[in-house]
Amino acid sequence: MARPNISLPQVRGFLETKRQDGWWIQPLLVLSGFTAFIVYSTWAAFQGAHYFTGGPTQPGVQQLLSPFYSPVVWDAAGLESGHAWLGPQPIWWPAWMIFSPALLILPFPGLFRFTCYYYRGAYYKAFWGDPVSCAVGEPKFRGENYRGEEKFPLIFQNVHRYALYIAIAFIAILGWDAWCSYWNVAADGSKHFGMTVGSLVLTMNVVLLGGYTFGCHCWRHLVGGKHDCMSCSKVRQRAYSKASWLNARHMLFAWLSLFWVGFSDVYVRLCSSGVWTDWRILG
Amino acid sequence: MASSTPHAPEAGTRTVTFRIWRGDVSGGQFVVYPVEVTSGMVVLDCVHKIQAEQAQDLACRWNCKAGKCGSCSAEINGKPALMCMTRMDTLPPDEIVTVEPMQAFPIIRDLVTDVSWNYEVKKKIKPFKPRKPDNADGTWTVYQEDVERVQEFRKCIECFLCQDVCHVLRDHHKHDEFIGPRFLVFTAAMEMNPLDTEDRLADLKNRDGIGYCNITKCCTKVCPEHITITDNAIIPLKERVVDEFYDPLTRLFRMFKPK
Repeated sequence: MARPNISLPQVRGFLETKRQDGWWIQPLLVLSGFTAFIVYSTWAAFQGAHYFTGGPTQPGVQQLLSPFYSPVVWDAAGLESGHAWLGPQPIWWPAWMIFSPALLILPFPGLFRFTCYYYRGAYYKAFWGDPVSCAVGEPKFRGENYRGEEKFPLIFQNVHRYALYIAIAFIAILGWDAWCSYWNVAADGSKHFGMTVGSLVLTMNVVLLGGYTFGCHCWRHLVGGKHDCMSCSKVRQRAYSKASWLNARHMLFAWLSLFWVGFSDVYVRLCSSGVWTDWRILG
Repeated sequence: MASSTPHAPEAGTRTVTFRIWRGDVSGGQFVVYPVEVTSGMVVLDCVHKIQAEQAQDLACRWNCKAGKCGSCSAEINGKPALMCMTRMDTLPPDEIVTVEPMQAFPIIRDLVTDVSWNYEVKKKIKPFKPRKPDNADGTWTVYQEDVERVQEFRKCIECFLCQDVCHVLRDHHKHDEFIGPRFLVFTAAMEMNPLDTEDRLADLKNRDGIGYCNITKCCTKVCPEHITITDNAIIPLKERVVDEFYDPLTRLFRMFKPK
């Protein structure tokens, strides 16, 4: 580029800074939070059990389905959740390949979060030290070799909007799961309305995930931000305004929804395994 | 540069130790100055007091002392900030206050840096190009809701603190490939203006290095005008670049969209 070159001799060492505040606290909290979630969700995804309550094999029990396992394409061997789209685990599934319904699902919301603008900024700092915090020195090897999202591999972060499309479909599916959690199936096949703590847990889950998904920067762009003329469409103007409100709280919803989706799985898992009782509120 | 003996503190004052970087392009060092601080003082007041009482040759750029000219940018305790807007009572008491020049630009002397690179960058950005006037008298009709976004960007005072804290410039020295947050805001102010007809997206991708921004939001954190630089300017521009260059579906829709 035809701009005057600049000579800056100073190169800071890794973590070198004159900041006196607790600049390391936030990246440490992010590192701890993300690591805890990744470890737990990976463990939970490989279990292939205790991911639902209710359904045809448990008459009268409220139908709860862990969001880590939704939608259930195939049920795990020997289980019948009542949520599976295509029935039990297919017989052609290779014996050497581990099967768990969650393993088919989690990569999609995982991609959405991985490419999310908020998470990108957060994990670049916490995991890659790029930089660890503002005005704090980076690992020296990166130096002028820094590529950012300009080149391979991080240029692929630009797929975020495609991950958003999938995430919106997931909101609809989890919304349906939340609705189903207000019903239980009797032994004769009839459905009965009821509300348990689990129903509220799954409802809160979809509300928080919705707050996160519809506060996405891509969503804000697609519903109105891409246009210069806001006054040309009142619908666009209102959609952009609502998306902007959520976008200003994107970090909050990112963390709340991350925690709650993990807690929802814990709740269903412990109810399914009999450790917790899903207390009935109505019906 | 030697520090003189401080006066005995008056009632209601406290003595604060300042470490100020003194030097030029050939090198420098921190020099310690004790300063009597009274209620309501800002860092720039203390620097002026040092100039008046202890180091008349201390170089420092300043002008309005009201946070509107963007001249007194520096790094206070390692954080880029305006000296005139940093109140002494917001800094940790009983600790040394470190003041040094911005790190992303070449030093001239003491606290003064050469920020002329920014002016050269600005010259390269395609200027505002309005559509034909809407009205016979040569004026345009613009609605408030159409310019709300860009009005935020117009608050910029060009203090270049966002440029200073941006690690792409500060640590990776990508001055010849990346225009920095200030000029992404400047570009956004024109790109999102409904009157503007110029297209800067190819420049943003190919010349201005928008992909180098990895969304640390440090620029937003240091902005004295509280412009939401990353969320309201840079990311929307990144999304427009995606529309134009990385999203095959959008391009496909455009091909079949009625003109």
